[in-house]
Amino acid sequence: MAERDDFDIIGKPLVKVDAAAKVAGTTVFADDVVLPRMLFARMLRSPHPHARILSVDVSRAAALPGVVATLVGRELPIPFGILPVSQDEHALALDKVRFVGDPVAAVAALDEETAEEALKLIDVDYEVLPPVMSVEDALARPAPRIHEYGPHGNVHKEVSFDFGDVAQGFAEADHVREDTFFFEGNTHLPMEQHAAVGSFGPDGKVTLWSATQTPHYVHRALAKVLEMPSSHIRVIACPNGGGFGGKSDPFGHEIVACKLSMKTGRPVKITLTREEVFYCHRGRHPVAMWIKTGLKRDGTITAMHFRSALDGGAYGSYGVASLYYTGALQTVTYRIPRYKFEGARVFTNKPPCGPKRGHGTPQPRYALECHIDKFCHDLGLDPARWRIENTLAPGTITANQMQVRTIGLKECLEKVVAASGYGDKRGRLGPGRGIGLAGSAYISGAGLPIYWNAMPHSGVQIKVDRGGGVAVFCGSTDIGQGSDSILAYIVAEELGIRPEDIRVVTADTDLTPVDLGSYSSRVTLMTGNAALQAARRVRAPIFEAAARKLDVPVDRLRAGSRRIWDAADPGKALTFVEAVVLAESEVGTLGAVGSYKPPKSVAKWKGAGVGPTPTYSYSACAVELSADRETGIVRVDRVWIAHDVGRSINPLLVLGQVEGSVYMGLGEVLMEEQVFRKGLHKIPSMLEYKSPTTLEMPPVESILVETLDPAGPYGAKECGQGPLLPVIPAVANALFDALGVRIDEVPITPEKVVAALEGRYRGPRMPDVRYPETVAVPPLEPAAPATVQETRR
Amino acid sequence: MDKIRIRLKVNGEEREVLAPVHHTLLEVLREEMGLTGTKHGCELGECGTCTVLVGGRPVLSCLALPVECEGREVTTVEGLARDGVLHPLQQAFAELGAAQCGYCTPGFLLVADELLRHNPRPTRAQIAEALAGNLCRCTGYLKIFEAVELAVSRMGAAAGAAV
Repeated sequence: MAERDDFDIIGKPLVKVDAAAKVAGTTVFADDVVLPRMLFARMLRSPHPHARILSVDVSRAAALPGVVATLVGRELPIPFGILPVSQDEHALALDKVRFVGDPVAAVAALDEETAEEALKLIDVDYEVLPPVMSVEDALARPAPRIHEYGPHGNVHKEVSFDFGDVAQGFAEADHVREDTFFFEGNTHLPMEQHAAVGSFGPDGKVTLWSATQTPHYVHRALAKVLEMPSSHIRVIACPNGGGFGGKSDPFGHEIVACKLSMKTGRPVKITLTREEVFYCHRGRHPVAMWIKTGLKRDGTITAMHFRSALDGGAYGSYGVASLYYTGALQTVTYRIPRYKFEGARVFTNKPPCGPKRGHGTPQPRYALECHIDKFCHDLGLDPARWRIENTLAPGTITANQMQVRTIGLKECLEKVVAASGYGDKRGRLGPGRGIGLAGSAYISGAGLPIYWNAMPHSGVQIKVDRGGGVAVFCGSTDIGQGSDSILAYIVAEELGIRPEDIRVVTADTDLTPVDLGSYSSRVTLMTGNAALQAARRVRAPIFEAAARKLDVPVDRLRAGSRRIWDAADPGKALTFVEAVVLAESEVGTLGAVGSYKPPKSVAKWKGAGVGPTPTYSYSACAVELSADRETGIVRVDRVWIAHDVGRSINPLLVLGQVEGSVYMGLGEVLMEEQVFRKGLHKIPSMLEYKSPTTLEMPPVESILVETLDPAGPYGAKECGQGPLLPVIPAVANALFDALGVRIDEVPITPEKVVAALEGRYRGPRMPDVRYPETVAVPPLEPAAPATVQETRR
Repeated sequence: MDKIRIRLKVNGEEREVLAPVHHTLLEVLREEMGLTGTKHGCELGECGTCTVLVGGRPVLSCLALPVECEGREVTTVEGLARDGVLHPLQQAFAELGAAQCGYCTPGFLLVADELLRHNPRPTRAQIAEALAGNLCRCTGYLKIFEAVELAVSRMGAAAGAAV
């Protein structure tokens, strides 16, 4: 699909189709939805990190004037969760609360104040249980269990895989290095608080408007918990006021809004407070990591062994996938012939962790890229040259059976090294100043859906009006990244019209074909391919009619700027509208559908559902910074970042994603962290949860690398998540260049820098996880299907 | 709940509504007046999202009481465009991708509008300083800086042409 280069629309810095509404303030976000007779609901949340619920009495609340309905957990007894393997949440807690903020009961009232007032009248008897607040806690205290599932104690999931003879690899090494790292948890902090409006109609059907990135998965959860046919439930995802992964789970408040509407026959709105958004969380897992690499003197890796321990918080969420992601993508950047991964995720009594931009991969990427600088230091190798010389070749199948297709990593690294002057600057910037480098990779969409099925991951439907207007229907959700615009650009390009001629209708389960949602950086590639297929199908009768009218072969036709013409004789032309009228006259109403499903992964081992993708994106980042030896304050002076985006469908939007990723990475490495004390979130507010402001944001030089990947629409890969990954280790590596000290944990706060300079910094410790027995995965043999054998050690 | 009569001049229009006495300017604008262009991110005065102009000065509407604003002109994002034509700042934000999710955008636009009224040719540092009370999680602020600068250049050119 990457054959063309003479585009009208693709590759141009066009304005987003929804930009005018966004700047005019007319975009309807979920909390802007107002319906006649609408009630307002609030949820009572647990004040205890871990407790049994002995009783819930809502009678006093129900009696408060203005209260219309109350709701308790036993009215919604069916569990749900984003992954089929961890259906461990209830819309309102049934018999147990598992973190401060776990919802227990709800009230719908004529106004929000009354609902809030009524919460104080709900009597809940708790039997307080000891909380589990860290991985160490969870391992040391297997009882009481937070959940009654998982391999043992408070361990949620544990895995161990050998890919190749790792022991042999270490035996062949001239140098072996081990390091331990810790990545503190942090949260998405979208500017929009979650909000939902449920509306149950006299027809017995329910509609939900919600700030969700995944309306299809919310649809499934509602059908399950409300015990209604999916066909009677409509989920409309409003444009999200920022997501970053934080609105990717089905949430209790969405179910509660629907159930309260069913109980009252009136629309019910729930808008979360900022504090509640911190409790919804699903953000970055705190991860402790240990990494051991064997190398030849020249820097050739002989084997790598990686261990992770994830603090999952109170529920499963995407956690099983997050766990696998901490081990999946180490191998898709540089040559690692033998690889071993051990990982475990534990439950703790904190807000549940889940997917945040980069989902499970920023933590190990941070560890790996710092570790690379360290072993290069040991061996006297140049870290830039080591990376450039060790990048994978296109088409590589890695030790853990991940299929690399195009790879622009080498070019990304070369470009940021050249642009930043890394080679001349490293070690030479003077006291307190330094430069650092890192590379990275990310998926362009997960290769498998969340729940097992053989259907498309994305569908697009196109309807062409006889006046020339085109409507494009797709289940995708615009969370600010511009996915509505991508649909319009692609269809406009294929039909030879303008994006402004297109009406995009998205994220409505009644109206739009399923798209799995805005997660895993899947949308441009998957909806784009579906849109291409639909557009080419709907174009066919239009072009055929035009060809007959103009009396030229159809393959000689070209289209653009609302015209269709003969490439050999551009004077022979029709307007798009004329061609549409001819086609509709000939074949009837014009419409078509298209869909996309990722290619089957080559990987053959259990657990290989996480990591495969149609194609990986690649990034490289260089950071120059200044560090104050007295205060420990680190100021990032400049960032250079190159991203292999395959092809820019719209470079303006790609640069927006790249710059936003740099910003978010800088926040994570320097300041953002979740802090708990005795079960309480210490800083559930935007003031105290520090994030970068305009004053902290350095200049960023972004470089787009195009590899025209055959898997992507016009060659496009993802760009929304990958560019965050190299920023974090590049800062850590630059700090070492500046001060000669290593802070092997994130965030790198001034206190840690000062402690390191004073020789007081101890560094992170790896929790004492007993990983399960290793599964030795045999290498792929294309001729005979491989089988996984369990070996006991 | 006791309600009081609130008279405000909003976007050039005299408006009169009944609202609970403790309702904030944010709530009165969004709920009683239906001006949902003003957003909220924290309702605690921490994020800048709900910024409107009162008497030409940026005010966090989540911390302001309507009675404090009586007799003064309130400008919300709905008041920036004139006769269906976007303000140069809105146009520049749209063109340069300074609004990604767009949720923080109304607040940024109003603060930038106030900045340009007092300082028609701000430096990048002055723009950053003026906008430091507004959080944006999508853009990394860079496209916002560029959009303000583009609007400055266009407004300067327009003012020059008008002289």
